[in-house]
Amino acid sequence: MAVFLDILLSGVFHAAVLFLVAGGLQLVFGVQRIVNLACGAFYALGAYFGVTAVTFAMSLGAPAYALLPVLLVAGLSLAVIGPPIERLLRLVYDRDEGFQLLLTFAIMLMSQDVFRFIWGSTPRTLGNLSLAYGQVNVGPTLIPTYKLLVIFASIAIAVGLGLMLQKSRFGRIVRATAENRPMIEALGVNSGRVMVIVFTLGTVLGTVGGALVVPTAAASLDMIVDLVVEAFAVVVIGGLGSMRGALVGALVVGLVRSLAVFYYAEFEMLSIYLIVIVVLIFRPTGLFGKPLE
Amino acid sequence: MTRFRAALAFALLLLLAAPFVLPPYYVTLMLPALAYGIILLGFNLLFGYTGLLSFGHALFVALGAYTVAVMSGRLGVKSLEASIAVAVVVSVVVAVPVGLLCVRYVRIFFGMLTLAFGMLFHSFLFKFYNLTGGDSGIPVVRPSLGGMDFPGLDKTAYLIGPFYFYSLALLLVLAYLMWRIVHSPFGTHLRAIRDNPRKAEYVGVRVHAFRLLAFVISAVYGAVGGTLLAVPVGLADPDLAYWTHSGVLVFMTVLGGFGNFFGPVLGAFVYVALQDQLMSLTQYWRFALGVVLILIIVLFPTGLMGLVERRHSRARPVTEQGDA
Repeated sequence: MAVFLDILLSGVFHAAVLFLVAGGLQLVFGVQRIVNLACGAFYALGAYFGVTAVTFAMSLGAPAYALLPVLLVAGLSLAVIGPPIERLLRLVYDRDEGFQLLLTFAIMLMSQDVFRFIWGSTPRTLGNLSLAYGQVNVGPTLIPTYKLLVIFASIAIAVGLGLMLQKSRFGRIVRATAENRPMIEALGVNSGRVMVIVFTLGTVLGTVGGALVVPTAAASLDMIVDLVVEAFAVVVIGGLGSMRGALVGALVVGLVRSLAVFYYAEFEMLSIYLIVIVVLIFRPTGLFGKPLE
Repeated sequence: MTRFRAALAFALLLLLAAPFVLPPYYVTLMLPALAYGIILLGFNLLFGYTGLLSFGHALFVALGAYTVAVMSGRLGVKSLEASIAVAVVVSVVVAVPVGLLCVRYVRIFFGMLTLAFGMLFHSFLFKFYNLTGGDSGIPVVRPSLGGMDFPGLDKTAYLIGPFYFYSLALLLVLAYLMWRIVHSPFGTHLRAIRDNPRKAEYVGVRVHAFRLLAFVISAVYGAVGGTLLAVPVGLADPDLAYWTHSGVLVFMTVLGGFGNFFGPVLGAFVYVALQDQLMSLTQYWRFALGVVLILIIVLFPTGLMGLVERRHSRARPVTEQGDA
């Protein structure tokens, strides 16, 4: 029972972080039709900047329990990088998918060296700061409260995002833009502005995800490329462009990974790719995806 | 056309003369370029001619590299021809089932499915330490070429001498074969599939079968190039199968220009030279490469060959149907 809970909780924690990054990927794909390989760079940026922000806040004498708010603010403030990158991507909106993919690949290549330049090539950690919130008993097992808080934060963001997309006026415009861009322009909506906002939102989801994960794992340059394949697995399983798909995909990947790590570590990533391939063969549009054209 | 032939002859002359005039360092640098040339000729049959962008092509490169490593390092078979023959068989055996599943899809789904297969192979190489050597890979023992061992030559002399000409000969033969393939009715069918699959099917082209054949041919080229890639390095490691390596293959192809038959080969040479120069200049060479890639995508989507072609477009008839 305790083992089962351990696996479940570590899987759900992983899924919570993955959902944020994959959610950003889905938003951007849904509206801009670009599969953003640079999402891993946003994630790593959030993690590195989170370390810097927390270290800075602690040096100013911030109490240990300020950890989570500081990280959230750090992740959110990275929204500033969204608009310039969107401006660059705008150059290839009506080009072939190969070029779009390659452009985000180029951004990812460059980000590796930017982070190396700023933060060096040795991984950055926050030590055991995540234990600042202590640990709680969940049934027969003990887990860091921080992980639970991250799971709750991720759920809150998912709910907020869902409400925004389904209920608000802006959400309706975003969905309409994803559905039929020429029509939305004919109705007098500035679709360029929608794109900037959506891309920035996607970026922020990635950076917040990175910032939240850093107290439990080191910020490293490997994060960039490693996360891309995981987030990619999530969106393929869930279906490109679907937020519900991101949620389900993240849970599948998170749980399968923690199960595999526990029972047969060699299968950690292999099992995920196998699921991806099976899903792509039987349901190429993913569990919740709509067919493209 | 005459000008084109002259340029080709000139390039060939340069390649033949290179080991005699260039310092050994630059000759060893040309070895991966020759290997990538072979890989990309195959890759472009899929990307440029059939319109399928694979983001997992590194799978077949790694397959070739691990074949020569297992043959020479584990089984003690030193003949490179034997390794290449086995690599061809292995790549066909892998490419047929993988291709059968992948060619049903196009565009982004094809790219994602191939990426998933590439990463599947990578995690197999990475995690199954006893079989594959894990992240340290399998060392490649210097193979014999055409039955000759060259015991008198040290490693560099072997690489810049016999091995260089071996690679060059292989590139030329395979380039000639590929030229025949893309200019055959089969090649025309592939272009028809790329430009309008529905219409192609309507006029009787067996779209899936032809895509599969293109996929398998490109996989074989990838594996043969992979064997040549592993020999100078002396190692086959899992990074060869990682998805970023597939990204580099796409990079080289776009850099040279995928609308032209020789574009990818040119891209391989320019990329290898560029990376070498940047690495000697700065530790932040990835950043510089990223800048180059963005410039190519945004300003020169037809690649370097596109630039050359545009300058001479009035001088010779267009032989390729570039769609960039």
